[in-house]
Amino acid sequence: MKGNEVIAEAAVRCGCDAYFGYPITPQSEVMETLMALRPWETTGMVVLQAESEVASINMVYGAASTGKRAMTSSSSPGISLMAETLSYLAGAELPCLVVNVSRGGPGLGTIQPSQADYFMATKGGGHGDFHLIVLAPSSVQEMHDFVSLAFDLAFKYRNPAMILADGVIGQMMEKVELRDQRPRRAREEALKDVGSWATTGKAGRARNIVTSLDLDPARHEKFNQKLQAKYAEIREKEVRYEELLCGDAEYLIAAYGISARIGQKAVELLRAEGVKVGLFRPITLFPFPAKQLAARAGQLKGILCVELSAGQMIEDVLLAVGNTLPVAHFGRNGGIIHSPNEVVEAMRELRVKNGLYYTWTGFA
Amino acid sequence: MLEIIAPENLAYAKSKVLTDAPMHYCPGCSHGTVHKILAEVIEDLDIQDKTVGITPVGCAVLLYSYLDIDWVEAAHGRAPAVATGIKRTNPGLHVLAYQGDGDLAAIGTGEIIHACNRGENISVIFINNGIYGMTGGQMAPTTLIGMKTATTPQGRQVDINGYPFKVSEIIALLPGASYVTRQAVHTPAAVRQAKKALKKAIEKAYAGKGTSFVEVVATCSSGWKLSPTEANRWMAENMLPFYPLGDLKDS
Ligand SMILES: Cc1ncc(C[n+]2csc(CCOP(=O)(O)OP(=O)(O)O)c2C)c(N)n1
Ligand code: SF4
Ligand SMILES: [Mg+2]
Repeated sequence: MKGNEVIAEAAVRCGCDAYFGYPITPQSEVMETLMALRPWETTGMVVLQAESEVASINMVYGAASTGKRAMTSSSSPGISLMAETLSYLAGAELPCLVVNVSRGGPGLGTIQPSQADYFMATKGGGHGDFHLIVLAPSSVQEMHDFVSLAFDLAFKYRNPAMILADGVIGQMMEKVELRDQRPRRAREEALKDVGSWATTGKAGRARNIVTSLDLDPARHEKFNQKLQAKYAEIREKEVRYEELLCGDAEYLIAAYGISARIGQKAVELLRAEGVKVGLFRPITLFPFPAKQLAARAGQLKGILCVELSAGQMIEDVLLAVGNTLPVAHFGRNGGIIHSPNEVVEAMRELRVKNGLYYTWTGFA
Repeated sequence: MLEIIAPENLAYAKSKVLTDAPMHYCPGCSHGTVHKILAEVIEDLDIQDKTVGITPVGCAVLLYSYLDIDWVEAAHGRAPAVATGIKRTNPGLHVLAYQGDGDLAAIGTGEIIHACNRGENISVIFINNGIYGMTGGQMAPTTLIGMKTATTPQGRQVDINGYPFKVSEIIALLPGASYVTRQAVHTPAAVRQAKKALKKAIEKAYAGKGTSFVEVVATCSSGWKLSPTEANRWMAENMLPFYPLGDLKDS
């Protein structure tokens, strides 16, 4: 199945209550698949095509405020439009899932794959001090698995979660094992979890108010501190990453999503040449596996960050390892995807070439 | 003297749906009056426990402090989309979106048009005071020609600012909107009439007839720089001829 279709299948099967979306390449198959599946006839899941991404995310906000498992999907320009309400969702502590099958920018950019939305996903993507929980799948199976994982994390922490995929993973066909159908949560069961905050009508309790507004400076500062404490807990408990042949590695390729697949191939090629190289793949981009990467720094001679961007994740890699070793970036833009051989070449050189990659050896 | 304070002699009581929080509105502001009749309608219909309201960004943002029901605070202009998300996933709820004219008729034009066009079974209460009250009295889409505001200090001019926007007339054209009415709350008779309209709106939306849209032509004494009484008079003389009261659609 295609990655995008799997998102739709996984949504229905994990008991998602509602999907709201607006077409954009390269992820329109998500809503198209949902419309073909007609889950409103089976699980009762609502699927609605909205008039814009602004409307989609605000419909998600509405459904989420009643404690429902609500989601949307889009691609880069559409996610830009959602930025204000992503901030509202974080400020009102509402759980939901946003899928970004990202494409190249800036602007209308290209419909080809890209990983240039890393900053937007992990450093805000909206105003104010907040974070999304960000999961980066690198296979169609992970597209499937991360839908329910994202909902579980979102509800555990009452925070919006994002699956940051790219056009390759969205369009790629792979074998996938689909989970069994989980029923949508019944009202009574849901209320046990969300009853203290969800706006479901105040029967039998004091009223609930979903808002991100607080004009009292002291109270609002406290609230911000509470949010930061939540993010600290997420950093502590929810880091996910994968290491491949890192045990004896002298060099690491750090890459997520589709770049990690290419990085994996490059590791094979380099190992065949006798280079001691491993792959470090962040699965959660927020929280970034900083401690886990730093733990490897002592054994390393260099890290090559491979991204479909001009160098975004590399900033988190640098924050993790500081100026203790050379860290280089190798990126492609415009929808061009690096070949494993190019990555091999970049790893051999770990230095500036044709403006495509640069070497950072820390602050002099 | 105190004996006369007995239930059987009570001519008026505060609705139990109103909280005790003192309202923050300027004296004479229409928002407070509309809140009060909305509370009374919710009480009369006995729907306090199964109603969710959506507050706008505008002077009524703190409406959630005043009515004792569940509330969701929406981003500026997005209340109809938020209401859609709530109602679609919770068809058993009464869903009320409360919006100002900047919120609904400027930044949120897309959301209101499409919610009404889909015929979402929600009620929208639209407070048209011809100005942005909250941000200090700037021009709204509904500001009358010649009307002075913070951003039209010489008065609204067609060649620069275009024409005042008759929202209800446009909403009435949409097949998904089943009840569209324009009301006011500047006299006791108008208040009674507006209350009736609100009640009907909520009932029709809940019955699944489509979107109910209740415009209330309102005063903003601070924004208009008039006393409350002058504001009521100015509204009757200037706003009502352009925004005539009555039902535009009842299908
Ligand atoms: C995205 C965004 N843009 C602008 C604002 C600033 N803002 C707050 S209220 C408002 C206008 C409110 O006017 P109206 O809807 O007419 O409500 P009133 O105060 O008159 O009742 C504006 C522009 C905002 N909060 N958010
Ligand atoms: S500024 Fe206008 S709308 Fe706002 S409270 Fe005062 S009178 Fe009411
Ligand atoms: Mg106004």
